[in-house]
Amino acid sequence: MPDLGHYEMTVLLAWGGTLLALAGLIGQTLWRASEVRRALQAQEARSQSDRATERATERAADRATEQAGGNG
Amino acid sequence: MSLWEYANPKKFMETTGWLLPWLTALTALTLGGGLVWGFFLTPDADRFGSTVKILYVHVPSAFIAINAWVMMLVTSLIWLVRRHHVSVLAARAAAPVGMVMTLIALFTGAVWGEPMWGTWWAWDPRLTAFLILFLFYLGYLALWAAIENPDTAADLTSVLCLVGSVFAFLSRYAVYFWAQGLHQGASLSVDRAQHVADVYAYPLWLTMAGFVFLFLTLVFVRTRTEIRARRLSALVARERKAA
Repeated sequence: MPDLGHYEMTVLLAWGGTLLALAGLIGQTLWRASEVRRALQAQEARSQSDRATERATERAADRATEQAGGNG
Repeated sequence: MSLWEYANPKKFMETTGWLLPWLTALTALTLGGGLVWGFFLTPDADRFGSTVKILYVHVPSAFIAINAWVMMLVTSLIWLVRRHHVSVLAARAAAPVGMVMTLIALFTGAVWGEPMWGTWWAWDPRLTAFLILFLFYLGYLALWAAIENPDTAADLTSVLCLVGSVFAFLSRYAVYFWAQGLHQGASLSVDRAQHVADVYAYPLWLTMAGFVFLFLTLVFVRTRTEIRARRLSALVARERKAA
């Protein structure tokens, strides 16, 4: 730590406030990025599984229609 | 290859995806190096004593505070003219970074002003323009938060950005327009007579580079987040519609 003399409090206050603000900004940026990424991944997985269920339901319905046609 | 390719969210995500690790490393190197050099390795100044070290946080933050608004102005104009969503999302992403930088510049200026000028605050043209710029940042963010329709919010915030540009410009040039007030001229200048001594200037240039890289890194990360958030709300809306 350098000798800041008479202005020690002034310099430390300015630097401390700046580093705190920068740390807060970087922290908030990273936190929100990870929150949104996680939420998007969960939503995409849900949408994909919904689409897969829809396709399976459609295929099952098609098979049932074909079978009904064959029996008739 | 055209610059407009980056208006495509997919292309923007790809490019910034490989660019970000390099930019982060560059930020750590320049910002860390500049701050350590400025704080630990520079001598006290004759007139200002050790308060000269405040230069390394005040000048770069003020520089970014003004230029973040200039970047927002350019990207807002691109939105208004060409309707590229990535550009207006980049403006939205830059606003909180610019606001924090303005706050740092105001705070460090006040802390330095108290022992040097004998006051925390003066209604000096440059200081006042900076305070109004800070209020414009707050207003810009509040407007984004207040309007639900994203395109309407983008339009209105872009117009607000155009109006606020006057104060970003004044924050930089008020010292020259009105030859009054406490704030001195530029610390770094092409004119050697105005320039601070080399022993202070070299670490200051390095810290400035560090702040620029930090700004770019944060804006890229935040723009990527905004793009993801848009996709998330589109998926949620589609799911609600299907239900």
